[in-house]
Amino acid sequence: MMDSEDQGVEEAHLYASKEEMENLVLDDPLSSKSYSNYRSAVSTLSDNQHPLSPSIAVTPADSDPLLAPPHYGEFGNPSAPDNSYIDPPSYGDAIFSPFNENNGNDVNVVDSPSQSSGSSPSFSRSSSGSEYLKITVSNPVKEQETSNSFVPGSNTYVTYLITTRTNIPDFGASEFSVRRRFRDIVTLSDRLAESYRGFFIPPRPDKSIVESQVMQKQEFVEQRRVALEKYLRRLAAHPVIMKSDEFKAFLQVQGKLPLPTTTDVTSRVLDGAAKLPKQLLGDSVIAPNEVVQPAKGGRDFMRLLKEFKQSMVNDWGSSKPPVAEEDKEFLEKKEKLQELELQIANASRQAESLVKSQQDMGETMGELGLAFIKLTKFENEEAVLNSQRVRATDMKSLATGAVKASRFHRELNAQTVKHLDTLHEYLGLMLAVHGAFSDRSSALLTVQTLISELSSLQSRAEKLEAASSKIFGGDKSRISKLEELKETIRITEDAQHVATREYERIKENNRTELERLDRERQADFLNMLKGFVVNQVGYAEKIADVWTKVAEDTSRYVNDDST
Amino acid sequence: MTMNPTNASLSGSMQSPRSQSSQPFLSVSVTDPVKLGNGVQAYISYRVITQTNFPDYQGPEKIVIRRYSDFVWLHDRLFEKYKGIFIPPLPEKSAVEKFRFSAEFIEMRRQALDIFINRIASHHELQQSEDLRTFLQADEEAMERFRAQESGIFKKKPSDLMQIFKDVQSKVSDVVLGKEKPVEESTPEYEKMKHYIFELENHLAEAQKHAYRLVKRHRELGQSLSDFGKAVKLLGDCEGNALGKAFSELGAKSETLSIKLQKEQAYQILMNFEEPLKDYVRAVQSIKATIAERANAFRRQCELAETMKLKEINLDKLTLTRSDKVAEAQHEYNELKVESEQAAQTFETIVRLMNEEMVRFQEQKTKDMGIAFHEFAKGQARLANGIADAWRSLIPKLESCSSS
Repeated sequence: MMDSEDQGVEEAHLYASKEEMENLVLDDPLSSKSYSNYRSAVSTLSDNQHPLSPSIAVTPADSDPLLAPPHYGEFGNPSAPDNSYIDPPSYGDAIFSPFNENNGNDVNVVDSPSQSSGSSPSFSRSSSGSEYLKITVSNPVKEQETSNSFVPGSNTYVTYLITTRTNIPDFGASEFSVRRRFRDIVTLSDRLAESYRGFFIPPRPDKSIVESQVMQKQEFVEQRRVALEKYLRRLAAHPVIMKSDEFKAFLQVQGKLPLPTTTDVTSRVLDGAAKLPKQLLGDSVIAPNEVVQPAKGGRDFMRLLKEFKQSMVNDWGSSKPPVAEEDKEFLEKKEKLQELELQIANASRQAESLVKSQQDMGETMGELGLAFIKLTKFENEEAVLNSQRVRATDMKSLATGAVKASRFHRELNAQTVKHLDTLHEYLGLMLAVHGAFSDRSSALLTVQTLISELSSLQSRAEKLEAASSKIFGGDKSRISKLEELKETIRITEDAQHVATREYERIKENNRTELERLDRERQADFLNMLKGFVVNQVGYAEKIADVWTKVAEDTSRYVNDDST
Repeated sequence: MTMNPTNASLSGSMQSPRSQSSQPFLSVSVTDPVKLGNGVQAYISYRVITQTNFPDYQGPEKIVIRRYSDFVWLHDRLFEKYKGIFIPPLPEKSAVEKFRFSAEFIEMRRQALDIFINRIASHHELQQSEDLRTFLQADEEAMERFRAQESGIFKKKPSDLMQIFKDVQSKVSDVVLGKEKPVEESTPEYEKMKHYIFELENHLAEAQKHAYRLVKRHRELGQSLSDFGKAVKLLGDCEGNALGKAFSELGAKSETLSIKLQKEQAYQILMNFEEPLKDYVRAVQSIKATIAERANAFRRQCELAETMKLKEINLDKLTLTRSDKVAEAQHEYNELKVESEQAAQTFETIVRLMNEEMVRFQEQKTKDMGIAFHEFAKGQARLANGIADAWRSLIPKLESCSSS
């Protein structure tokens, strides 16, 4: 169906007169791309705005929308056909001026167009009103790996220019740029996950497993650029992470990213292998410094095994684990969040289908208009009788109305996409929540494991003590074993204290983050609703005006005034 | 009796019985569709109410029951008898089985039949037709008899008509392309008219296609709004508190608008915009049928003229040779002359009528379209305003949410 509709539009272009075509400009990227895919609708929005940004002289915040209605697809403005994607929100705002006070909280106000990549409700809201951290990702460039590769051109990768503008003193500068590649993002993300356990850390863009050829295609690079920008902006919106060392280093330090890569960290596989024999002999110890991280593969083989055993005991054992998740409030919250996630996902899906329907409506309305333009032209050319000319005029009125309405429908839709994108954003955030909750449970598991470990060590020590006390004068070998055991117990106690502290810390992080989530979600959802509603009202009114005029033009045919 | 504005102006009938009772009037309405019969034999019957002061009619009011095939009978009879006149078109004959008895289809057909009969009733020549009188006045059994009688003798099979269309079409294009064929009339004005009619059908068909799609879009958007509304309500239940209520109200509004869009607006566009366009297409097709008739008449006239010439030559020859076949030949010749004159007369009548009809047609269509556009625009404006009002009513509530 899509094909024939596209075709119809193309055909219409052949027939309609040149002058009419200039005014119509219906062949915009948004209509010809796959509009049924919500995501690509959003990304094509961002496609549009880059080439357009130079031509937009006025930002919505500055312009008086009442003076600027000509932007809205009126005939005679062929030079800026897609201006409409930027302007209308402020029209709605100004007329209904309900909520535009919120400092950048206003989802309708798009950030200064030259920077914007059309992404989402501005998540650059700041927790303390005047702080400002604005990140832009641009200028992808292909670079060569200067490694010892024998095959020329095989190790090319893309770097992106990351520009930051801020007034936060911690950064020491107000504007700066670095070049980073995708691998650096992965590193940043991994290091943040380690340092900020329990926090709702926005998930990073996916690594893509595609051929290197595809990697270099412009569309792919552009998609990635958009994704990176979104990710960094979300990080910047997190009150704690935005000030983290890792983030700062990422944004500011020139040259190579000064963070240990994940391969560095897990290259302690070698260490792990060396430890293995000792571990297998059963004398392994979980060191205090290690318990602040969950057990990872390789080096923490023994620990993994123990924690696994513990989790089995938790699930299937007859007695309660030594420390359990008792925070009722937390458990209730967790359940609620699961339900919420379900509903957000559902709403997000329905939002997609709503967007598609709105898009289709606009397109078909436009096609109808074009068909009548052709008819108008035809009647005018072939007119023998005056009644034909009159009819041609009426048809033109209808056609004009339909084309205008079509444009409004599609503008409405572009804005709707932006507003309802909030739902999508929160789905992504739910992933972060899962991550934080699993930090908590793995930390708990570590504590439980250590406590079990401790109690078994202690009972061994007791046994040993009892046995050696029976022998008069002491048992040299038993005594030395006991010494070792007591040493192990001390270390394990330390580890347990550290682990418990870590667990409590993560619990606290969870708690503050949950509060923040609730607060911000309420605000964001409310903004979304407002934006959506105001948008609908604004455009419905404009569309009503268009059709009212056509009705007036044709009112002489009907005597009654029935509504 | 349902005379909606669309109807009234379309038919242009002189139909206000109360005023000007001295003026002749004929007003008809097709109402009250009822399904009769069972299974495959099932059909819809309509009440046809005639109000008139015509002398030959049983006045002031007469009610008969008619079915679709009765209308077809009338149409075909008129087509046969009134060559040159654009007989008002009928709604399509068959429909997909399951759709045939849907409320929408039945109403569309009823409306179309009502318009059909009123156009005939208000046409100054067609309204004089005896067949019309039969249709409007005869009782049901008589009607059935008439209907059965005619099927075989006068009824042109659709395939015949199709063939004629094709011939006319190819001949038109031949002429347009410059390949002149002697047996076709080809005055520049007539060529222009034929070209116009054929092109017009294409343009109209496209417009109608998009109009139909637009109806679908309204239904689809309605469905999406309904689904979206439900999802939003569920989300609201999760949130609780003021925000939750806001979600719920928004969801409810969305569902309300869905009904507006799906049921009301889509239906309105279907009946008052898409159907008139379809009707326009049918009218153009009817003109094409008349064009075919004209071509036949022209051909017949030419053939007879040719035959006459030959007969004349023959007659002269026979006269010269003092053959005893002269009388016979003379007789034949005279008969032929009459026929030939009749054929010429028929043809000329068609030409004259067609010219008049074209003027009428163009004027009528301008009016029809004007009304259709007006109704469409009014409907769209009403819908848009309704949408704006519905969403606007939520704003104060949303406002109060943020301040709390």
